[in-house]
Amino acid sequence: MRGWMPYLLAAVGLSLFLGVWELVPRLGLLPPTLLPAPSQLPAAFLREAKSGIWGESVLFSLWHYAIGLAVGTGCGIVLGVATGMYRPFDWTLAWIVRVLRPIPGLAWVPFAILWFGIDQTAAVFIIAIGCFWIVFFAAQGAIRGVDRDLIEVAEAFGFGSGPEKLIKVLFPAALPGILIGIRTALGQAWMAVVASELFGVSGLGQRMQQASSLLATDIVVVYMLTMAALYGLVDTAFVFLQSRLLAWKA
Amino acid sequence: MDSVIAIEGLGIAFEQGGVRTEVLRGLDFKIAPGEFVAIVGPSGVGKSTLLRVLIGLATPSSGTVRLNPDVGADRAMALVFQDSRLLPWRRILSNVCFGLEKTHLSRAERRERAVSALAGVGLRDVAARFPHQLSGGQRQRVALARALAVRPAILLMDEPFSALDVQTRESLQDELIRVQRASGQTVLFVTHDIDEAVYLADRVVALGGRPGEVKISLKIDVPHPRRRDDLTLRDLAARIRTVLFAEVIVREDWVI
Repeated sequence: MRGWMPYLLAAVGLSLFLGVWELVPRLGLLPPTLLPAPSQLPAAFLREAKSGIWGESVLFSLWHYAIGLAVGTGCGIVLGVATGMYRPFDWTLAWIVRVLRPIPGLAWVPFAILWFGIDQTAAVFIIAIGCFWIVFFAAQGAIRGVDRDLIEVAEAFGFGSGPEKLIKVLFPAALPGILIGIRTALGQAWMAVVASELFGVSGLGQRMQQASSLLATDIVVVYMLTMAALYGLVDTAFVFLQSRLLAWKA
Repeated sequence: MDSVIAIEGLGIAFEQGGVRTEVLRGLDFKIAPGEFVAIVGPSGVGKSTLLRVLIGLATPSSGTVRLNPDVGADRAMALVFQDSRLLPWRRILSNVCFGLEKTHLSRAERRERAVSALAGVGLRDVAARFPHQLSGGQRQRVALARALAVRPAILLMDEPFSALDVQTRESLQDELIRVQRASGQTVLFVTHDIDEAVYLADRVVALGGRPGEVKISLKIDVPHPRRRDDLTLRDLAARIRTVLFAEVIVREDWVI
């Protein structure tokens, strides 16, 4: 009973969602331009795919996503770990962090354009900012939360320097917390992808922007679902990787 | 070579919130090669702090610790903690390798040493497991293997069996004696259990008072294997109890 129940209920839930969605425009509760029915979508998707725009947009966005995520996550881990390990460094950055932290990625768009032009680099920059803070705070918290007893083990066996402690104990012990931060960033980065491509850099975001200005809402939904699928794929792969990396956990 | 380590006039004090607390004062003792010394005393007397100073986790406020340079050991000391403190993300063999990673041994040599240290505590077959898959007693044996693998001049043990159930504790005590007698390892063993101390050690040093001082140092001249109900051991334990118990009663800050 427990074996297939979760899948059955998931299927029921999804069918209900799609059914209601299909009925709303069909019963005339909303005009199809405001809410395209799910049955319209395959045709819209095929049109997009055949023209090659879909594939190209996906590739561009994936590229921005991957680089932006890598840069943001990398910087987040390095600075998070460093501020987590060294209090004086944390104190030094404390107010810089408080000044910059609340600024949303979108607010950086004008500067991204001025600094990098309407260019892929600008998109990467916006996405990296979106991921950075999440990973930064996750890494800092995870490093601070490492069991002091385990750090003592490192010291007792002669690993007294900061880098030695980091490699031998701090980083592996903090990894579960850091991975949770990265997983949150995986979702955040897709939101940033759309924002970063709104101003003319090629990709899903730009295509959605064009389609919505033409009121081609079916195309907009196709790209929304595309993004959901890509996120689902990336997240599933990440959870798999996470379970491999954390196989030592009970 | 008369001693592996000579501790002279060792004092340990902490300062917290402007208040200086003296934990240990004027501690003097030597440990001979291959000797098994147990330190007993009531909690708070500074037994564990002494080990922390020796391993380098804390600094003494006075006195000297001199290690005999003639001892051909890879590392001066290795410590077995009260809780095993294995690194949960490392497999058992890798945990035993941990201390060896500070040496200049090759990867193969480290592995070889870790395997033999693990076999020495009878746990060769759990090498590929993670710590959480082992029982408390097994974990503590792995911690012992991790410390022995670095071949320390002195093996320090901080109440290593106090968190275990009685049966496991007794079997680990016997295991420790077997390993120690087979290797001639010098051991400094801290415990609050006087019976455990006289059962295991060649010499028992009892600390008491505030700040802690050596109250009595007794040689335990009973050959191994010993019986737990040996009358001589009981007498020796009783003598230590008398000294320490008298100490507790006259303490001024005694509160029930």
